[in-house]
Amino acid sequence: MAEITLVEAVDLALAYEMQADPSVVILGEDIAKNGGVFRATQGLLDKFGPDRVRDTPLAESMIGGLAIGMAIEGLKPVAEFQFMGFLYPALDQIINHAARIRNRTRGHLSCPVVFRAPFGSGIHAPEHHSESTEALLAHIPGLRVVIPSSPVRAYGLLLASIRDPDPVIFLEPSRLYRFAKQEVEDNGKALPLDKCFTLREGKDITLVTWGAMIKETMAAAEVIVKEGIDVEIIDVATLKPLDMETILSSVEKTGRCVIIHEAPKTGGVGADISAQIAEKALLSLKAPVMRITGYDTIVPYARLEKYYIPSVPQIVDAIKKTMEFA
Amino acid sequence: MKIVAHFEIPYYQILNEAQELVADLPSFAKDPAHLIRLYRLMVLNRLFDAKAIALQRTGKLGTYPSTLGQEAAFVGMGDALSKNDVIVPYYRDVGILIQRGVKLSEILLYWGGDERGNAFANKENFPYSVPVGSQPLHAAGVATAFKIRKEKRAVLTVCGDGGTSEGDFYEAMNVAGVWKLPVVFAVCNNQWAISVPRSEQTAAQTLAQKAIAAGFSGEQVDGNDVIAVRDRVTLALEKAREKSEPTLIEIICYRQNDHTTADDAKRYEKAKVREQEWEKEPIARLRRYLESIKAWSEKEEKELQVTSEAEIEKSVAEYLATPLAPLENMFDYLYATLPESLEEQRELLKQWGNTHG
Repeated sequence: MAEITLVEAVDLALAYEMQADPSVVILGEDIAKNGGVFRATQGLLDKFGPDRVRDTPLAESMIGGLAIGMAIEGLKPVAEFQFMGFLYPALDQIINHAARIRNRTRGHLSCPVVFRAPFGSGIHAPEHHSESTEALLAHIPGLRVVIPSSPVRAYGLLLASIRDPDPVIFLEPSRLYRFAKQEVEDNGKALPLDKCFTLREGKDITLVTWGAMIKETMAAAEVIVKEGIDVEIIDVATLKPLDMETILSSVEKTGRCVIIHEAPKTGGVGADISAQIAEKALLSLKAPVMRITGYDTIVPYARLEKYYIPSVPQIVDAIKKTMEFA
Repeated sequence: MKIVAHFEIPYYQILNEAQELVADLPSFAKDPAHLIRLYRLMVLNRLFDAKAIALQRTGKLGTYPSTLGQEAAFVGMGDALSKNDVIVPYYRDVGILIQRGVKLSEILLYWGGDERGNAFANKENFPYSVPVGSQPLHAAGVATAFKIRKEKRAVLTVCGDGGTSEGDFYEAMNVAGVWKLPVVFAVCNNQWAISVPRSEQTAAQTLAQKAIAAGFSGEQVDGNDVIAVRDRVTLALEKAREKSEPTLIEIICYRQNDHTTADDAKRYEKAKVREQEWEKEPIARLRRYLESIKAWSEKEEKELQVTSEAEIEKSVAEYLATPLAPLENMFDYLYATLPESLEEQRELLKQWGNTHG
């Protein structure tokens, strides 16, 4: 079993499913000969040919609308947006059509598309290449928003997303694309959607996070565990629909919770998680739920971007404050 | 200097406003029975339209977009489609839908504010699309699926003149040109996008020429001439099926009513222009032609009015008798399987849904 990166795991899952299911077609900008700007579709053109691996003209709304038509007609398109910041032109297609086709036709038609996009900051790219606006999409009824945070979960969740009968927004944390390698068995086994993953069990405090912030959260946990605090870490993985059951039962156990996300604070998914904890587990809480998030600012360009991302000491501090709250 | 590209936009007409044949009749139109069928559909479309507006005015229907004056465009397109083709409509396409198995009562149900009016949808017949100019991309996607699966089928998509200003319209045509997709883009140019006239929509001399920039042919057809519309759309669909080539057809017609029942065209449209355009309207034109070849009589006309009215009344009764859908339906078609996290909200609706008086 080979050790591979997250971006290689994406490629591997796409290759597996294209081999297994002839209706899977991938499309996007620079995905064919070039194998994608991050190489997430490397080698697929050679394996599956230009009918099923399609470089599109440069138009993102078109990628969205085209994929919708293909999906309604029975294909399973996996469409790549080069960066999350360039998914915005397709929001009309995604919100007004992909998310609604099943509802609009009372279940007679459906739209099983996967819209993939790298997202998040930390890769020293120009403006618009560092967006974490997953809450925009998590707000939309009819969509699924899935975010892997490791090679294993990228492989298993992407397979699950392609096999899902409804539209899935699959956001890949570009900061983790080549961060760490992991053994991934190419066995075609999907991981469950709509479920959180508990990455570490602990009894003292619940850390809830997703995507690239798993990295800083794990690092903070390493520090804090040495101080004798037993942390539980939850990778939300599917932001919509949200598996509150796992989060609530963890918070009921620990009584303390810190939510960590890179996205801006206001209206972020963390706000919703926090509100639901307040609604349903208030009496279990021993301290207020804290949110450590990106600022409500535009992500700075490369020179300052690292100062935007919540830091390990900041998370450690929040954990300590939550633990110390009387 | 040298000229590196040039183009021409043809205009097609067969039966002109003076009921004269100005071009050879296509073979289908040599059969009076075929023309009578089209005529009947146009009359049904017009009478249905009047009934729908009356229902709206008496509070029994929601906002409804009239098709008055545009019956030939839609009926002609609908007749050109073969069963195996796919139609990706906008929202004014009554004359097409009634030829695709959609019931009049379903059309009323849709405009009456009930999603079940869209339940006719299947892989050959797409549902209404309200966001202007967005659906040509779906047609391009369907055509891509045909191309990948090597199926000799065609897609027809319709939008209005306003829709041609949308980016999606260009993006759909652009990819259809590059990938040689079997799709026909029909633009029902009724001269108005709510209150904005065609002249303020684009400085281009024709809408048809927009296809040239996408690398395929565009043409105009007289939208008040059902014979020409049916002929040109048929040929374009054949070209799509046989050669996998796209076409843009600008169907020139005139909106003889407000944009929808929520609009008041008196605010921006000169009555005189509408009256002048009425001289070209499609139903009287075909009727006079049919009478001139002794294929239609006053007696048949009266019978047609009676049978059409009866059909419409039946559909109205069916529509009005349709009970409200179960409230939970708003959750039932959101996903293939309702996510667990939504069950609580679905229960809330059941608990509180009947407290709205």
